[in-house]
Amino acid sequence: MITADHLLYLSIILFSIGVLGVLTRRNAIIIFMSIELMLNAANLNFVAFSRLSRAPELTGQTFATFIICVAAGEVAIGLAIIIALFRNKETVQVDELNLLRW
Amino acid sequence: MLLAAVTVLGAIGVITRKNPVHSALLLIATLMSVAGIYVLLEAEFLAAVQVLVYAGGVMVLFLFVIMLVDLEQRGKDAGARKKLSRGAVAGGIVLTLVFLCVLLSTFGMEPLGASAAGSEALRAGGGNLGSIALVMFRYYLLPFELASVLLLVAMVGGDRSRALQAVRDR
Repeated sequence: MITADHLLYLSIILFSIGVLGVLTRRNAIIIFMSIELMLNAANLNFVAFSRLSRAPELTGQTFATFIICVAAGEVAIGLAIIIALFRNKETVQVDELNLLRW
Repeated sequence: MLLAAVTVLGAIGVITRKNPVHSALLLIATLMSVAGIYVLLEAEFLAAVQVLVYAGGVMVLFLFVIMLVDLEQRGKDAGARKKLSRGAVAGGIVLTLVFLCVLLSTFGMEPLGASAAGSEALRAGGGNLGSIALVMFRYYLLPFELASVLLLVAMVGGDRSRALQAVRDR
């Protein structure tokens, strides 16, 4: 039997892997993938609560739909920014991008 | 269980593979197994949306950008990874562990019991998609419209950034 706890553990693991990826990788594309992982962990939580709470309702799934929508927009814009960066700086390694360093 | 294992292993693979294309393919595996979990949780609409949006749209974008950007980067990446100080990796791992502990400490507050009766009631209300549509358009109409505006802005923004790029290149 799957309970809400199992899903929350899975979601926590997924989110932590995403955090680890953002903190340790330096390729901007991989950082974006890690952000996707974190958004999916949040979605998993929403769906788990909407299904397994005492009075099930669909608000959670509705919110998860919105999150997917936002994630799609974010990826589109983010990858456009990455391409723009690459054309200007010839790199996607985030530690070589120090435009804002004083 | 199997889906959860695929999800976690895929996610670990995403952040450990050196080749970004492998990462992208593993990300597909992860997102697909999350979609499978949605099906198990009777969220069929979300599972379909997950497959369509992520596998159909996001992954194509990712692979496209990887091909555009990363072809000459691989050798550079291998060299740069050696430079990454051990302290930075250790710091990242420690921060993640702290974060994990904080998250885990929120457990055990109130157990949630699965109630099958509620989902029966939902199914009586016209299926997953119909119920979501009811909730979305009855209670969350404004956020829905905001989301559509957000997508429009993202579309225009992506186009504008390319246009500005072309101007600067000239």
